[in-house]
Amino acid sequence: MSEKLLDFLLEIGTEEIPDWMIPGALKHLQQAGILGVAVTVQATARRLVVKASGLAGRQADTEDLISGPPKSAGAGAAQGFAKKNGVSVEQLETISTPKGDYFGFRKKTPGRPTIDLLAEAIPGLVLGIPWPKTMYWTGKSGPRFIRPIRWIVALLGNELGNETGDQVIPFEIAGVRSGSITRGHRVLGSGSIPVTIATYEAGLKKNFVILHANERRHKIETEATALGAKIDGSLLETLTFITEYPTAIRGDFDPGYLELPAEVLTTVMRHHQKYFAVEDEFASPVLEADGTRRHQLAPYFVAVMNTSGDPEGLIKHGNERVLRARFNDARFFWNVDQQKTLAARVDDLAHVTFQAKLGSYLDKTTRVVALVQEFGGNADAQRAALLAKCDLTTEMVKEFTDLQGIVGGLYAKAQGEPEAVSRAIYEHYKPLSMEDSIPSTVEGRIVALADKLDTLRECFKIGMIPSGSKDPFALRRAAQGIVKILAEAGLAFPLDRLAEGELRAFLLDRITYYFREVRGFKYDEVNAVLASGCGALANVEARLTALAEVRPTGDFDALAVSFKRVNNILRQAEYKGSDFDFLDTGLLEDGPERELYDALMDVFGRLRRYQDRGDYRDALLEIASLRPKVDRYFDSVRVNTEDPRVRRNRLHFLWVFRRDFSTIADFSEIVTAGDQK
Amino acid sequence: MDTFQDTVFKLKRYWADRGTIIQEPYDVEVGAGTMCPETFLRVLGSKPYRVGYVQPSRRPADGRYGENPNRLYKHQQFQLILKPSPDDVLDQYLGSLQAIGIDLSKHDIKFEEDNWEAPTLGAWGIGWQVMLDGLEITQFTYFQQCGGIDLDLVPAEITYGLERLTAFLQGVDSVYDIEWAPGVKYSEVRLADELQYSVYNFEMADVDRLWRLLGEYEAECKRLLGLYEKFPEKHRFPILPAYDQVLKCSNIFNTLDARGAISVTERVGVIKRVRDLAVGTAKIWADQQSLEAATEPGAAA
Repeated sequence: MSEKLLDFLLEIGTEEIPDWMIPGALKHLQQAGILGVAVTVQATARRLVVKASGLAGRQADTEDLISGPPKSAGAGAAQGFAKKNGVSVEQLETISTPKGDYFGFRKKTPGRPTIDLLAEAIPGLVLGIPWPKTMYWTGKSGPRFIRPIRWIVALLGNELGNETGDQVIPFEIAGVRSGSITRGHRVLGSGSIPVTIATYEAGLKKNFVILHANERRHKIETEATALGAKIDGSLLETLTFITEYPTAIRGDFDPGYLELPAEVLTTVMRHHQKYFAVEDEFASPVLEADGTRRHQLAPYFVAVMNTSGDPEGLIKHGNERVLRARFNDARFFWNVDQQKTLAARVDDLAHVTFQAKLGSYLDKTTRVVALVQEFGGNADAQRAALLAKCDLTTEMVKEFTDLQGIVGGLYAKAQGEPEAVSRAIYEHYKPLSMEDSIPSTVEGRIVALADKLDTLRECFKIGMIPSGSKDPFALRRAAQGIVKILAEAGLAFPLDRLAEGELRAFLLDRITYYFREVRGFKYDEVNAVLASGCGALANVEARLTALAEVRPTGDFDALAVSFKRVNNILRQAEYKGSDFDFLDTGLLEDGPERELYDALMDVFGRLRRYQDRGDYRDALLEIASLRPKVDRYFDSVRVNTEDPRVRRNRLHFLWVFRRDFSTIADFSEIVTAGDQK
Repeated sequence: MDTFQDTVFKLKRYWADRGTIIQEPYDVEVGAGTMCPETFLRVLGSKPYRVGYVQPSRRPADGRYGENPNRLYKHQQFQLILKPSPDDVLDQYLGSLQAIGIDLSKHDIKFEEDNWEAPTLGAWGIGWQVMLDGLEITQFTYFQQCGGIDLDLVPAEITYGLERLTAFLQGVDSVYDIEWAPGVKYSEVRLADELQYSVYNFEMADVDRLWRLLGEYEAECKRLLGLYEKFPEKHRFPILPAYDQVLKCSNIFNTLDARGAISVTERVGVIKRVRDLAVGTAKIWADQQSLEAATEPGAAA
């Protein structure tokens, strides 16, 4: 058996895979590995590539000891056993065990050639890639994949280390046989390129395919930046995976279009044409609605081609023509839309469906305005709520749906609505993600909150509740937006005021997510704090911060153990305390029980004072100071005594202790060393 | 420079040379070439088929009185169905662009994800919009389902937007400036249609009468569909005329929609009515196809 370790190359050649799905597929392939060996992965829109090195030529031989009849059974039994296993009696040996000696033999199974295992494993690996939406193409019962598979390169190095001797791993997927021929760029490359593992990447490059995403990304970024582009990360990713040989060019447009709002121009360029916008570095910056400064646009755009150049300027000219038509449309929409103000469009919302079962956007608007009033929104906030959805009836938003809200804000401003109103409309869809900022004004925050809360309440009312990956109305995002606004704007709306039942639980889940994943608090601390009540999120955050700060003092893990113990005792005794029961202090025993009681009384007064002024750190330190007394109590006091009066009194004592000292956090939720066993 | 008709001739020639039947446009109003029976019905069943045709497609709501350089009430598509799709279908498609004079080595071509779905037809597919120098020139779709039926053979549907493509080839900014035939502009051939149909669709269409007509065509279609089950000789059953009624309903629906006569609630309902007819028709057509396949010589083997 050779010691030489082999290289491996797999290329699945496909028709163009949607760019946004590629990174997920690569991640899957990377995690899957091949025959337990780590792999590297690469892709363009037309190929998924897996490489590995260090594969053994064959798997190790295995040897099993097969045990037969006892020696005492005699020669006849030995012969039968040998015959059954296809060996001669001479090959048998004796196996000694504590129970006696047995006939046996060593069955040797030679390791299978790796190439065979690969040939068996690869089809399943490839067809097992999870895609958001698959298709079939060879017929109804054919395999499903993201797009048709058109060629496959599957090579394993040979044991001589001779690169011309790479072996083709033989298999078939969807009628395509594996081989050693790849294809280049659709237009600039050859459609038939023989490769070896060693020549693969160079062969591609010669045929205008840059295999490495990093290299394509870098090429786009460098070239586009040099042409003045303002790099947009998500567009850069799209372009990286939509091209095999990206090259950036700059085009011009008539500066007259710069009268249109930058938001509109940028959306047309970025979302519809996949162009980078170019900023005018010499003009003075504009103050954005959210307070940031932004450069004005320059009358240029940067397009990224999937080819090597544009020597005759035909591609530049073509893209300019398309953009001109798009900008003309936008200008036309802007002018038409100004013929009717947003305020005059409110009634038209009766004809725009919010959701089939939930009526129109006029109904929604009425509800949101009422909610804004309920939340104490001022006249500007109420006006913004009234006008917020009116842009849905405009031609601009019908064409550029991504701009809803933004267009409303721009129109409100153009139509002389107060700044507070137009800005609130402009920003009321914010935050669009956990990374996005919340609206910049109080009015905007209240409208955004009311709008999202209304969507959630109404959808939950008709049972449209997100489950798993099903969330057609993006309710998780809406809920997450609410949480972010509540937490970051310091709006003092307790959760119970916003929601009940399933929706409350849904929001609580998002709150938990926010503090854990976004803010990075420990999950047991988040559970502990939320278990003792979810009031205003600013308060939750203050309690969490204090807990995280004092927890390392060490007393808390011990206290957590005590609180868990209290829970267990009360649960086992099925003791359901009530505020109307009272503690009979006369029944308390002198010693640890009485001492704990006195300490509790002493600490409780201070605890309340600290808590009332929001000083949770000192409040928690007070609770921590109880630890020695609590420990002593549990060391020497038996709750389950014979005397039922004493027993009930002790249970109530624990119940009161838990009630009064769990108002900042429920310490029993804190994970201690004991929980992990 | 090729005229509009030259480009059409070349496309037809190119695909005819590749074993495609060149059909003439369907003579009932449709919103897209996909709706013609040559596509909607022919993609069903297990019989291979290749067909291409120019289809004038009517979209009442897109009319602009002939004033918008890019939007039309009626535009022309070159519609192609390759069933089943050949393995090198994209290369063949790129070849067709070369054939109409696009030197691909000097241009930028990209296939951008764009899946297609037509709820009124119970149809959907997976595919791309093909971008040439940033301009969408073709919709490419691998049909997966039609009339609610999973397709036995997966056809490639290639729909060329002829106005866009020729405006690009001729380097004009307005479709009306396209040279249709030597010395004859697109506007001379089509401008009157754009103006008059916009006036009719947006201003003058008689809403009540159209609703009645919709009901009549629907009733006729339903009556026919209801007769199939007991119809003795299935191959004689007039499913093609029944499908014409579906197309009529669809066009009237679009006209009513452009006229602003369909409320939000009604809209969902009417779409469902048309869809039910389309799905019912597809089922019967597919059934006829399978019966025919079973009686063909050699079918028993």
